[in-house]
Formats: sequence, structure tokens, C-alpha cells
Amino acid sequence: MQSATNSELAQRFPDLHPALDARAAAVEANRCLNCFDAPCMGACPAHIDVPRFIAMIASDNVAGSAKTILDANVLGASCARACPVEALCEGACVLHGKRERPVEIGRLQRFAMETFYDAGGRLALRRREERSERVACIGAGPASLACAAELRQQGFQVCVIDRRALPGGLNTYGVAEYKLRAADSLREVEMVRGLGVQFEIRDVDATALEEIECASDAVFLGLGLGAMRRLDVEGAESVGERMIDALEFIAAYKTGTPMRVGPRVIVTGAGNTAMDAARAAKRLGAERVTVLYRRQREEIPAFDFEYERALGEGVEFVWATQPTAIAQRGDGIALTCVAVAQDATGKLTQIADSEFTIECDAAISAIGQSPLLELLSQVRGVAMERGRVAINRATGQTANPKYFAGGDCVNGGREVVDAVADGKRAALGIAAWLSKTRAEEDASDNAGIPRSAQDKTGMRGAMRG
Amino acid sequence: MADLTTNFAGIRSANPFWLASGPPTNTGEQIMRAFDAGWGGAVWKTIGEPVVNTSSRYSSVDWRAQRMMGLSNIELISDRPIEVNLRELAEVKRRYPKHAVVASLMVESKREAWHEIVKRAEGTGADGLELNFGCPHGMNERGMGSAVGQVPEYSERITAWVKEVARTPVLVKLTPNVTDIRAIARAARRAGADGLSAINTINSITGIDLDTLMPQPNVDGKSTHGGYCGPAVRPIALNMVQQILSDEVGGPGVAVSGIGGVGNWRDAAEFLLMGCSSIQVCTAAMHYGYRIVEEMIDGMSNWMDAKGFAVIDDFRGKSLGRMTEWKHLNLNYKVVARIDEALCIGCQLCHIACWDGAHQCIHVDRVSGPVDGPVEMHARPREMGRERIVATPIAKLGPPKVHVGPYATTLERIPRVDETECVGCNLCSLVCPVNGCIAMVERPTGLAAESWAERSRANIRG
Ligand SMILES: Cc1cc2nc3c(=O)[nH]c(=O)nc-3n(C[C@H](O)[C@H](O)[C@H](O)COP(=O)(O)O)c2cc1C
Ligand code: SF4
Ligand code: SF4
Ligand code: SF4
Repeated sequence: MQSATNSELAQRFPDLHPALDARAAAVEANRCLNCFDAPCMGACPAHIDVPRFIAMIASDNVAGSAKTILDANVLGASCARACPVEALCEGACVLHGKRERPVEIGRLQRFAMETFYDAGGRLALRRREERSERVACIGAGPASLACAAELRQQGFQVCVIDRRALPGGLNTYGVAEYKLRAADSLREVEMVRGLGVQFEIRDVDATALEEIECASDAVFLGLGLGAMRRLDVEGAESVGERMIDALEFIAAYKTGTPMRVGPRVIVTGAGNTAMDAARAAKRLGAERVTVLYRRQREEIPAFDFEYERALGEGVEFVWATQPTAIAQRGDGIALTCVAVAQDATGKLTQIADSEFTIECDAAISAIGQSPLLELLSQVRGVAMERGRVAINRATGQTANPKYFAGGDCVNGGREVVDAVADGKRAALGIAAWLSKTRAEEDASDNAGIPRSAQDKTGMRGAMRG
Repeated sequence: MADLTTNFAGIRSANPFWLASGPPTNTGEQIMRAFDAGWGGAVWKTIGEPVVNTSSRYSSVDWRAQRMMGLSNIELISDRPIEVNLRELAEVKRRYPKHAVVASLMVESKREAWHEIVKRAEGTGADGLELNFGCPHGMNERGMGSAVGQVPEYSERITAWVKEVARTPVLVKLTPNVTDIRAIARAARRAGADGLSAINTINSITGIDLDTLMPQPNVDGKSTHGGYCGPAVRPIALNMVQQILSDEVGGPGVAVSGIGGVGNWRDAAEFLLMGCSSIQVCTAAMHYGYRIVEEMIDGMSNWMDAKGFAVIDDFRGKSLGRMTEWKHLNLNYKVVARIDEALCIGCQLCHIACWDGAHQCIHVDRVSGPVDGPVEMHARPREMGRERIVATPIAKLGPPKVHVGPYATTLERIPRVDETECVGCNLCSLVCPVNGCIAMVERPTGLAAESWAERSRANIRG
């Protein structure tokens, strides 16, 4: 699956942004008009000051150029290679209006970043004083790295926690090789580590979460898409790729590399994610899409309008039914189901001898969240929306004020640069929130200062973000 | 096809394009190749007692990744023996009798020395002589070149010595390194010069290497000022030519060979329009080779055909009459900037130029239909903040791009001019990267034309 996707992508963008040498970079940099309130900058999710970093290349101040990029986007090097620039900065370049090709912002950015790393690139802290507050970033992907780097640059104590041996998340493991080599991603991780960010390898389960929470003043969730809970039925391992994770399915569809499904698709679960997946399957050409739900219509977690839309697109629903086993049969798979009854307390019991079999070509599982997200949403009050962590977009704060989130687990799977922007916004949100909390604590220690003044300071801090 | 034949101070050539005295005219072999390429004439690399040149000799100013906007050199006159130069000159003249070959000369400031070199040069059959009073480096330290050209009396005296024996037209090449070039031009004419060549190179230091801290060019760890030329000096040259030609004392009827930054037919046409009757080129030929003359000939004749000019004299000097002194300009004339919204690409360079560098009257506060007339909103330039949340668009899911207004560029990005505040300085139209997008249009004031001279005279009277 993954390799097919990569080769498809590789075909569509054969050589994404090959390197420029210094002379070519200077020529290209000089094509930039140095627009005022430049639209390219507005179109960059990380708001890199494009005209400035390009002007710095033109005046042979590549170190300053790299700093300008990194200031807005610590993963400037990966983004220079992985960003869909046609849809972002270069798509907004005013030169299109003159029927000229846009300034090659991506390649210029890559030039600046590579020159920076070749010179042994290191970042400096932005402020001298250390701050005592501790922040844990769970997940070591782009969102967490961006968040961690920003907070560390402001003097906070930051620890990035991931279960995988190598940090970098999708940048290290997931982005196609021809766009971004794992070594390049690790080089960026090293730069972040160089700031004094701690990295820890550990699986975050309930106990670990408890420990992390106790030891931290704020927690950033950069969990990525994770996986939904696998359909826990007999034979689930045997059908391989025909069993599809709903979030992955949706992400693939959105990023323009849809997975192929056959004519008959079963979706288990009836939340908003299930509705999205069912409709997506329909649009991708499935003739018959059936949603299985173990409870009744009235109890579905999905919004009503989502359900109506799915119905409208011809999705079928089977209520009070639960899959129990799955097996390969002929070209497709057979899903063994059983009817379930519900008592007054809502407890479900399988009805004896009610077994039946549905044949299909793919089974999409849309039940529940990844175990960690489930834990967070159920026990920690981190609200979810359509399978994603719900946040305040400007600050990254979740319904539990101590928790902030960003990246794929929030946006459902976009680009590296979106994750970086989320991570940085959240870092500013965290810094503002921690400063405000500290100010409040100081105020209660120091009754002389009116509370409202303290609030205002805190607010201004937040606004500045 | 237009007739490009030229008569400059009695020297005839097939076209007005001559190579200026310099490296491209160093040897007979080069000049013959240049004539084959199409050049109408050439001024020989200055002949005199052979010098020793340094290595290196040139340095340049690049601009926005373009090479050699300006070139500077510390080369002296010819380093070849006088007899070799003269023998080759005679050979060239014999083989190319219809091409203009002018001998550029520079010797000690002694009457006999000048008499001797003039006779020897004319003995070769050269069509004319150009007295190099311009070289601003090296030769001036030995009492020649600009050391002569900067003092009207010296220029006059030496020109007179030359005229005592010369039978061919005598041109004096002027240095721009003076406060008033007209003083030298007048002196040369008083002594009987048949024509003037302007300009020679301008004193300059092109730059300093920021790694080594060494000014350029580097001659074994030392540098010296050089003579500046190339595209950067054209406006300066054009002004000096105009000063000479508009001069009521030395101007009328003088033949001027325009030199300085000419690289194509357009540059050449400007010098001719200012009143020059031939053009000399050095740097552009050093940069691209003799072949550039083909484009110059073709471009010039196409332009003349399009304009209905049959011969060069049909347009020569036509723009000179439009030049005047500031005090004669009409103070009651007013233009204002007008943006063509259909062409605007939304770079907002006009806005920031007017805002910071002119008169704060181009605004970017438009959100719906065009706003004309005397509206003053003075919205502050927008600041980019992290509050503006942007995400990678996902074609099927993202909100559609908002586009406001009937033009290709969204109205929000098209600036508007507050015409009541616009002083008509032109700045915005100069910075606008789209040709024809900002026009300066006349806004009649309804007042009779009045210049500063008239106004102050009226004030004195009233
Ligand atoms: C390398 C070099 C050497 C020159 N040598 C002479 C010279 O020997 N005699 C002279 O009259 N002018 C000399 N010049 C000046 C040119 O003839 C000409 O006046 C000047 O370069 C401006 O024209 P341009 O902008 O087309 O180069 C020299 C210029 C250069 C660049
Ligand atoms: S829009 Fe294009 S020309 Fe303008 S600043 Fe950005 S890259 Fe440069
Ligand atoms: S002409 Fe000058 S004052 Fe008028 S709008 Fe343009 S820049 Fe501003
Ligand atoms: S400079 Fe020209 S193209 Fe740019 S915004 Fe102004 S009018 Fe439009």
C-alpha cells in the first residue's frame, strides 16, 4: 500500500525541488519583487517571512536567511522539500499575475537551510533566563518538535516523549524518501536537541500518562493520526490490507492518494469518522457501503446531519449488530455478525443463534480512538470532535486547560508545515498560559497587586502570540 | 531601410557606431574584425610613449545578479610601441578605406612632442585625431590625460599646438571629472577643435572585498581609483553631452561624439536625439564582443523606419530643445498616479514606496468596488500576525478561495491612489513591476502656465 502510494507520488512530482547552487540561488532570489505584505508569506501556514529570507539570500547573508526561516519554522529544511509549494507560497506569488513562473521559494528555502546545516547550523536560545516550568510533548513528530523548540527557545524545560526509537515522527518514518531523507529529518531533530530539549523513548499508557502529568506544568499532544482501535474479532489478522483504519483511509483520500476499495464496503462504528469514511468510500466508487452499529439509530455518536448526508448518498445502515469474526472468502472477505440486545441499563448482550454473514471487499474500522486518545478523552476531559482532538485554533488549548494539541491528531492529517504551525501556535499558547498561571500564583502570594491588573498582563501575553 | 551614413566633423562612416578608444581597438587585427562585424569606425587605443600596465586592471559593480552594471579600469594608454600601432593603422586604412579610423593620441605636454606625433599619425592615412585629455588614472600623475583635461588653459594650449600642424579633423576627448564640463569644451573650441568626444571614464572605487577587506582591483595588496564606465554611467554622460550642446557659448554647431554606457540601439538613439553625431562604445564590446553592432544597426534602422526618419539628421538633436533649466518648468502642471486595476498584480510596492518614500497617498484599504476621489481612510498597513491561521488547502474540503472584485487580483490587494494628496512625483510608477500599470495622468489645474522664473519676476515687480 505505502510503496504503491509513494511511487504514484514520485511519478506525479518526479524531482520535487532539486538543489540550487549559490549563483543560481542569487539569480532566483533576485527575481523576487520583495512585495509588501507579501501574499506568499500569508499563504505559508508557518508564516515564514519569505521576501525577507529571499532578500537575505540576494545580499549574500545566508546565515540571516536561515535564521529568518527557522524563526518561523524550525523544520524549515524538511518543509523546503516536503511542502506542496504550488498550493502554498508559490501558488500565491504575484508573479503569476504577470504570467511569469513564480519565484522558486521552496528551492531557495532549501538552499538557505542546506547552507545553514552544512555550516554546522545551531540555533540560539531567545532568552537567557531559564524558566522552571516543565512541558511534556507526547509524540516526536513535527508538531511536537516545533512546539518543543519554541518553548525551549523561550527558556522552558521541555521533554519530548515517543515510543519509537528515532524521533521525527512522520518526517522520519512517513514522508516519501524522494522528498525527504530520514537523515535530513534527524539532522533537524539534533538541532532541536541542541537547544536543550530532552528526548525520551517510552510507550505512553495510563500509568505513564499519570507520571507525565504529575511531572509537567503543561502537556502538548502531538500524537499524529495514531490508529483507531483495531476491530477486535477473530481472524482480524488474516485479511491483511482489506481491513482498513478509518482515519488512515480518510487521510489518504484527502492527501490525494486514495486507497482502492472494492465494490462492497463495510464500515463498523457510527461516529462522525465512520460517516466520513462511508461517504468517502461511496465517492471512491464503492457500489454498496454498509454501516454496522451495535446500538440503535437514536444512539449514534455522529451528528444527525452527518447521518442524513450519508443516507442521502446511499449508505446503508444495519443496527444492533456486531461483527464477531472475519475471514478471507474467495476474492473478498466474509464478516460474521451477530445481533445484540440492549437492556435498560444499556448493557449489550449477543443474541444466541442470530449469526449471519456479510460478504464484502473491504472492512473499514471506525470504532473508538487510539487507546491513548480514548484515555485522554474519557479520563482527562480532552474533548474530541470527529475523531480529532478539539482545540482553540489560536492557542492550541484543549478542553482540559493543561493539555494543548496540534498536528495530525488535530487537523486530521495535513502537511508537515501545518503540523509545525500548529506546534508553534500551541507553544505560544502554552507560554502565555503558563505565564498567566504564574502571574496569578504570584498575585495570590502578593495581595498588594489587584487581580485585574494581573489578568490584563496575562491577556496581553496571550494576544501577542 | 533607413540610411545610417554619418558625417562627424567631416569624418564619414557607414553608420554612427564607432568603437571607443580602449581594449577593443588595441590592434589592427581586432579593428579589422570589428569592421567586418559592422562597426562604422574605430578610435585607436590611445597611442603614445609605451606604458607598462598592471595586472590586474579591472573591477566591476554587479547589480541584482547581473554582471557589470559598471566597469572600472586602471589601464593606461597603449603598451605597444608607437611605430607598431602606426604601421597597423596604415594597414587597416589601406584595407578598409571607407571605415573611419581615428588615432587617439597622448604625449608629454610639449609642443614638439605633439607636433611630431600628429605628423606621424596623419602620415598613416588616419581620418582624424582624438586628443586624450580624459584618462583619469595613472597618466594624469605624469601630467597627461585628465591632468590636462581638468584645466581649460592646458587643454586650449595643447589643442592649439595640434591645430598648428593637423590637416585632418581634431577631436578633443573630455574628462567628466570636472565641476563644469562646459569650461573645457569652450577652451577646446577656442583652440579650433573640430569635434568633441564625451565622456571619458569617471573616477571611481567599485568596491571592497568583504572577506579580505581589499579594495578592488587588487594589484599585489594595493589598489587605486579607476575610471568608471558601462551602463551605470550613461545618465551622467547624457547629461554632460547635453550641457555641452545646450551651452550658448561653446555649444552651437559643435560636433559631439557621444560616449558612455551605450550597449544597444536605444542607448545610441538617445545620444543622437540629444544632438550627438556619432556614438562610441567600449564596455559593451568588451562584455559581449563586436557582434553587438549588428543588433544596433538593425534596431536603429527599424526604429527610424517606424518613425519615418530617412536619415540620422532627421532626428538628430530633436530632444535637445526639450531640455531647459528648472526655473523654466511650469509650476502649474499637475499629474497624478492612476493604477490600472486590470494589470495590477498586488505586490503593493507602490503602496509602501508612497507610504515611506513619498506622500502617503496610496492606500491598501479597499475591500469592495473601486473607491475614487477624495477619500481619506489612512488605514495602517496590515501586519502579519500568527492570528491569521492558514492551512494547506485540501481541494475537496477546504473553503473556496475568496476573490473579491472584478479583476484578476483580488481587490483587497489592489492599492488605490488618493489623487487629492498625490503630488505626482512618479515614484510609484517607477517601482511598479508591471509595465503600464501605473500611469501618470494629467489633472488640469485650470491655471495658466507659470515657471519659477516668471513667478519670482512677478513677485519682484509686484
Ligand atoms: C579598459 C579600458 C581602457 C580604456 N582606455 C582608453 C584609452 O586608452 N583612451 C581613451 O581615450 N579612452 C579609454 N577608455 C575609455 C573609453 O574609450 C570610453 O570613453 C569609456 O569607457 C566610456 O564608454 P563605455 O561606457 O562605452 O565603456 C578606456 C576604457 C576602458 C574600460
Ligand atoms: S509573492 Fe513572489 S515576488 Fe512577492 S515577495 Fe513573495 S516570492 Fe517574492
Ligand atoms: S506619484 Fe508620488 S505621491 Fe503620487 S501616488 Fe505615486 S508615489 Fe505617491
Ligand atoms: S506596484 Fe503596480 S502591480 Fe504592484 S500593487 Fe502597485 S499598482 Fe499593483
